[in-house]
Amino acid sequence: MQAVFFFVVAAFTVATALLVVTRPNIVHSAVALIFSFCGVAGIYVLLDAEFLGAVQVLIYVGGITILLLFAIMLTTRIATRVDVFNEQMGLSALIAGGITAILVYASLTGIQIAGEAPAPVETTPALGRLLMTTHVLPFELISILLLAAMVGAIILARREKE
Amino acid sequence: MIPVSYYLVLGAVLFGIGMFGVLTRRNAIAILMAVELMLNAVNVNFIAFSRYLPNSTLDGQVFAIFVIAVAAAEAAVGLAIVLGLYRNFHTVNVDEINLMKW
Amino acid sequence: MMGFLLAAVFKIALVMGLVLLAVAYLTLLERKVIGDIQVRFGPSRVGPFGLLQPIADGIKLLFKEDIVPTNADRFIFIFAPAVSFIPALIVFAVIPFGPSFVITDINVGLLYVFAVGSLGVYGIVLAGWASNSKYSLLGGLRSAAQMVSYELSLGLSVLGVVMMTGSLSLVDIVEAQGGNWYGIFPKWNVIPQFLGFVIFMISSNAELNRAPFDLPEAETELVAGFHTEYSSMKFAMFFLAEYANMIAVSALATTLFLGGWQGPLLPPVVWFLLKVFGFIFLFIWVRATLPRFRYDQLMGFGWKVLLPLALANVMFTAAAILILA
Repeated sequence: MQAVFFFVVAAFTVATALLVVTRPNIVHSAVALIFSFCGVAGIYVLLDAEFLGAVQVLIYVGGITILLLFAIMLTTRIATRVDVFNEQMGLSALIAGGITAILVYASLTGIQIAGEAPAPVETTPALGRLLMTTHVLPFELISILLLAAMVGAIILARREKE
Repeated sequence: MIPVSYYLVLGAVLFGIGMFGVLTRRNAIAILMAVELMLNAVNVNFIAFSRYLPNSTLDGQVFAIFVIAVAAAEAAVGLAIVLGLYRNFHTVNVDEINLMKW
Repeated sequence: MMGFLLAAVFKIALVMGLVLLAVAYLTLLERKVIGDIQVRFGPSRVGPFGLLQPIADGIKLLFKEDIVPTNADRFIFIFAPAVSFIPALIVFAVIPFGPSFVITDINVGLLYVFAVGSLGVYGIVLAGWASNSKYSLLGGLRSAAQMVSYELSLGLSVLGVVMMTGSLSLVDIVEAQGGNWYGIFPKWNVIPQFLGFVIFMISSNAELNRAPFDLPEAETELVAGFHTEYSSMKFAMFFLAEYANMIAVSALATTLFLGGWQGPLLPPVVWFLLKVFGFIFLFIWVRATLPRFRYDQLMGFGWKVLLPLALANVMFTAAAILILA
């Protein structure tokens, strides 16, 4: 049952991810990206990480992709499809394919986990506790990074006043 | 329970697709989208290990949260740069933005 | 397994049917109430008190010609109304209508609601873009900016409730609101979280794109904004989505701040529906009363007033919980 769900969701995710990188129309890419992110959220839920699944949809789909669409609409016209790929297509396909092949080979043969996976726990309270105890320093650093990114983005994007 | 390698293969394939996009697309926003795909692939691995390792302490999920936060910061700054490029060059194709090349 | 599936399907069908019926009659209610406020009758010709008006409207929209503009992006043009309609419906999956009447209780219920709710904006943005019309694109972009801005204060405004309950499950949140303080005041979150409640109501009004925040549509300046080019059933989908969202937000406000189905004497479901109806009436009342914001006022209000207030509310709640504990 779980395997069936996994294969359906994984196939969906990979198919939409392929659409993202191959569609000539960039808005279609963005729409495919939405579905791909949702597929990844489904994978998280299968891994008993329902908090991460919800966060994935909330941040990636509800935030980042909206920003991307916003930028697309400010910079492109409808049906722009002149030369979407650069001339290093063949070489890139070779490199990306090679690296994927190595990674797939490594994941299929090189990973041996000794011991059983633990029983699923309710992750949300545990995650909150971890963020406020063990990982509190990276957590604060991330907040500063986000603040800096916000200020930086505003400074970069606003028009300079003469 | 299905073996962990299934998830790792999925992560590897997503990573490869994202990499292909980064290397071939001309539109800067499309490149950003491909980068997001690669970050997602990494997160799939983090969460898969966090679920499957015995004695795991959910550290993988915490790292996934950090990756998501960094991805959000990256998208905000990246898109601001794209908008700045568009204002100055009237294009978002990265190979036409070659003022600093010689 | 089979029995469980059947029960689930039955619950889903019941909730969806009720919501769709409510959406149809909500259009009539809105026109009647606004008519009353403006001292006119509202629809009164089709059936007694205009009760058959929604059906007549539905039939009219079904039989209208379905127009796709020449240079529109066909796929996205058709895809957009569905994208705005589906999230509006699947939000109801986690709303508790009564003590054991909830389709599914998941432990990240509130996050689920916000995650699904944030999908709705795509329908509007993509519709605006795919129509290939200036007005639609402007409406779509405005709406994206508005909804993303107000989503922040919306999310922060409910954090106080989550902190007080210590759970993201909507069932837990409702159950924590049972009982009374000093035997008189119901233990509803609206009393300790009044500021959060006000911020929630204002930002959800903005999320719904309703007056006084209806800039994405703004008939007088954008000729209806993102759905200018839509006709027939696709147009109807946008309207159904808007009203379904209104019910969803009212149900969420009831659950989070007014104790959901909790209440004396009457059966729980009746209490729940009464409270939801109250919120819906409030939304209609606000629409009939207030004029539209200007765009810069809207953005300034969202970022410079609501967001700091919501943050202050979170800090204040945290401090209060620490001190009282």
